[in-house]
Formats: sequence, C-alpha cells, structure tokens
Amino acid sequence: MTATTALAPLDVSRIRLDFPILARTVRDARPLVYLDSAATSQKPVAVLDAERHFYVTSNAAVHRGAHQLAEEATEAYEGARAEIAGFVGARAEDVVFTRNATESLNLMAYAFSNATDKARMGSALPEGAERFILRAGDEILVTEMEHHANLIPWQEVCAKTGATLRWIGLTDEGRLDLKDLNLINERTRVVSFVHQSNILGTLNPVGPIVERARAVGALTILDACQSVPHMPFDVSTLGVDAVAWSGHKMLGPTGIGCLWAHADVLSAMPPFLSGGSMIETVTMEASTFAPPPARFEAGVPMVAQAVGLAEACRYLTHLGMDRIEAHEHDMTAYALNGLAQIPGVRVIGPTDTHDRGSAISFVVDGVHPHDVGQVLDDRGVAVRVGHHCAWPTCRRMQVPATTRLSPYLYNDHADIDACLNAVAEVRGIFGAT
Amino acid sequence: MQDLYQEIILDHYRRPQGRGLREPFDSQVHHVNPTCGDEIDLRVHLEDRDGLPYVADVSYAGQGCSISQASASVMFESLADKPLTEAFESLARFQEMIQSKGENPGDEDTMGDAVAFAGVAKYPARIKCALLPWLAWKDAVLRASDASSTDKDDQ
Repeated sequence: MTATTALAPLDVSRIRLDFPILARTVRDARPLVYLDSAATSQKPVAVLDAERHFYVTSNAAVHRGAHQLAEEATEAYEGARAEIAGFVGARAEDVVFTRNATESLNLMAYAFSNATDKARMGSALPEGAERFILRAGDEILVTEMEHHANLIPWQEVCAKTGATLRWIGLTDEGRLDLKDLNLINERTRVVSFVHQSNILGTLNPVGPIVERARAVGALTILDACQSVPHMPFDVSTLGVDAVAWSGHKMLGPTGIGCLWAHADVLSAMPPFLSGGSMIETVTMEASTFAPPPARFEAGVPMVAQAVGLAEACRYLTHLGMDRIEAHEHDMTAYALNGLAQIPGVRVIGPTDTHDRGSAISFVVDGVHPHDVGQVLDDRGVAVRVGHHCAWPTCRRMQVPATTRLSPYLYNDHADIDACLNAVAEVRGIFGAT
Repeated sequence: MQDLYQEIILDHYRRPQGRGLREPFDSQVHHVNPTCGDEIDLRVHLEDRDGLPYVADVSYAGQGCSISQASASVMFESLADKPLTEAFESLARFQEMIQSKGENPGDEDTMGDAVAFAGVAKYPARIKCALLPWLAWKDAVLRASDASSTDKDDQ
C-alpha cells in the first residue's frame, strides 16, 4: 500500500455494536451521544470479557507462589506487557505499569527528587543516576499547554530541589511559540511536554524540541495520553527518552497507565514506591532493588487491567491505527466546519486540521461553558466542561473554561450533528446577544 | 432542564442584584470551584444594631456559570441587611434544600427566590455551583467574627 492509497473507512455502525453503553439512553430517554473520549473512552465487550476471563480462569498474585494459577497469572501479566509494548514499538522490559499516566509522570518526577535527596544524604544510587540529581539553578522546561499532571509534579520537584521551572509559551492560535525553544540552554535538565493537547487539540512538533533538548543533554519526556489512543505511535522513532500514557483513554480499563523509557534511563532511576516485588535483597538495615520494570512496580499489580489493556491494543490494531487516525481527521474537519457556521461560537485552539487532533474546545459568547454543557446534556450529548485540568492554558487563551467535544472511533457524523444542533440552541436559551 | 434553569434564575443571571465589591467591609474571601474554575470574591460588613448583629452588606464579584452567578444574586437578597441569626437560618434552609436530592422543595414564604434553586438538587454536578457564594459568605462572616473577637482580646 502506498501513502496515496485511500484507507478503507471504519464501519462505525458495526464498531458501535461492540460498545453496548452507546445504545443506552440518558435524561429523558434521549439516545446517548458520547463525545467525551478525551476524558475517558468507552470499553468494547472484548476488553471486559478479557478481564472477566482472567478472573474466572487464572486469578492469582503474580511473580510469587509456585502453583499453577500463579504461573498462569504471571504469564497473563507479562504477556500483556509484551502486547502493550509491541503496540507502541517498545521492548516489553522497558514498559512499566502504573495506576495511570499521572502516576507515570510522577514516577519520572520522583526519580529526580529522590535521586537529589539521596545524593544529599550520600545514600546509594543506581549507576548513572547523576543525570537525575538536580541543583539550584538547574532548569526544568514544560509548556503552557500541559495538563496539570505534567505541570504540578515538576513544580513539586522544583520546590524540593531548588531547580527552576520554565515553560514554552503559546501563540494566540494555541500552538507552541517555537521562539521559546531558545529557553533550552545548558542548565536545562528536563524537557517534559505534551504530544497532543487535551484542551486545545494541538499536535506538537516532537522533532525540533527533542533535537534542542538532546543538544544540551536534557532528558525528554512526552505526555502521550491524547496521541497513543488516536494515531500510529512508535516510541523508537520519536527520539524522546520517556513516554507516559494511560490505558483508559484507549479502550482499556481504568487503573492502569504506562511508562516507557529507554533501558539506560530506567536502570539509572531510583525507585518511586517501595515495598514488595521491587526488591533484590532485603535485610533489616537496607535493601537493594530489582532491575526495571519490577523496580517500579511495588506491591501486587493490576493484572486484570493489564490483560484488559492488552485486549484493547489487539482491538485497536485489528481496526488499524492509520484508519482510526483518518476517521478522526474526518470527524475533526466536520466538527470544526460545523462549529464555524454557528454564530457566537469560537474554537479555542487551532481552527484547521493541520497538526491537530480530535479534541475540540469552544466557547459560546455570553454563555458559561458549564451552561453550554448542561444544554448539551439535556439533548443526550456528553461533553466535558471546565478547565480540563489545564487551568494555566485557559488563562493564556483568556477564557475561564471551555466546552470540549472529543470524538473517537465509535462516533460518526450523526453524533457531531447532534452536538452542533444542541450548541446552536444554547444562546437562545440563555438570551445571549 | 427547565427545573434547573427556571426563569427566576435566568433573571438573576441577566440582572444580578448587589453585584460589585463595596466599602466598608470587615472581611474579604476568595472562593473557587476547583473542578470548573468558577471564582468569587466576597466581602461582608457586619454591624451592631441595638445590640443585635446585622449583616449590613454583602458585596461580591466573580465569574462563573448561570447557576453560581444567579445564586450569588439571590444570596445577596436573602442575607444582606438581615440580622445575622436570620441570615444563618436562611443559609441552613438553602443548604438543606439543595443537598436533599430533590426531597425538600423549599418554602417560598421563608426563602423567596431561593426556592428556584430546588431543581439544582437533581443535578449533583451543579450543587457546588449554587453553594459557592453562600459558603463564601459563611466563611467571610466567620473570619469577620474571628477578627472582631481578636480585636476585643487585644483590648
């Protein structure tokens, strides 16, 4: 197949049969129109069945016990890791399971504050941990479009270590102001940035950022929560050192997130949570730690969720990530065009589909986003309202909050139409002029 | 949805009563609704009238949805220029109604326009919007009372 060959479109009506929740009604018997997948996706029956099958047939604690169930559970868990790693072009041993992407990003941030603390005390650190030790004057760079999950952990690291937080600003269109790449200098130790903004929909240019960061030896971390579920994604081609993403936004269960990092990065990091399963040897005085990924998976892990997420990866792969990407591109163009036709509606973020994902924020003149969302809810349309855990981004874009629609592989034009029709009614209801 | 957006509420939203921060005041608070970004700055001025503590004025400014903004307007009408004990009774009635999951429709005779918010009780996500100005008022009064008792202790 060449790049110019048209991809077969998704058969949305058939896909919807895999998601029983989409057939339910809400409020006064309105059919549900679910356009909040950037918050969390719905789950296909195959994922639910995979979790249930694990509990029904093989449930046991992994990595311990000599009985057959423990072996099967361990195999299911590690098999899931291999499947999920393969989905993003990674080696299984470089993927760490966490509770969610927030924990994945905290795991990276704590590697810095823990290494700095331990160095101060002269405590043992893994080989290569120097790159995680911060000093006053060191700088951490983020962007002004980060989700709080990739902002607050770094504010905390700065508060603990004396490092300084800096950020790449935004243009009025809601893209990174690439002039601010000049902020990357020899004091920059970390560049942690979002791949696709959850509020603006902007798809950021990874290449130029990584190139500048690598030139000064800074560690690069990518928040890929809104990209892994929506486009072909390969950790090996992006050039970043670490990638965080969540399971529940890509048809998987809640309670599981992932962190991928280069083997030499993971092996140089001190542990985050400590306890069972993450050790090598333990005495009353001190302990040594297991190699990654086990070093970062203290306690009994989320086995059923891993099994479910692996099934989600198979489901997505079966449909084809390139087809999903094309489908969302079409949804995005259709929605952006429709919103542009409604008087008093303004999109917050890029208004064309160039380097843009399917999360579309907008405001309605004279009506607060909460009230917009309430009208949509009354029509059965589920969208997100508020600051989308990106409060500084709202401030920069000079809006108190937004209403956001975010379609996925199970939405079609009829869903977008239902949303647009409801949005068109909003100003009349509130008498906005 | 008509239960939620009653005409009285939309009227208060379009023509808010008592809006704008005023002097004099004894305390000022800033309350936010962290999940959606609604914000209110609120001042109270307490006064002793013949030995009876009065809410002489409540003034406010802020941004938010129609429910939080209309609620601030109704809060002003319900609490300003009222004896403090009566104002606390109004707060209690409002809170009880709005947290009743629709069981308590409110009493128009004692609550006035505030009964229009009974419908909010059926929308759990909006309850905090309606309560924001009222709880800001409560906080401001407690701070004003603390400040005045500290003043007396100092004397």
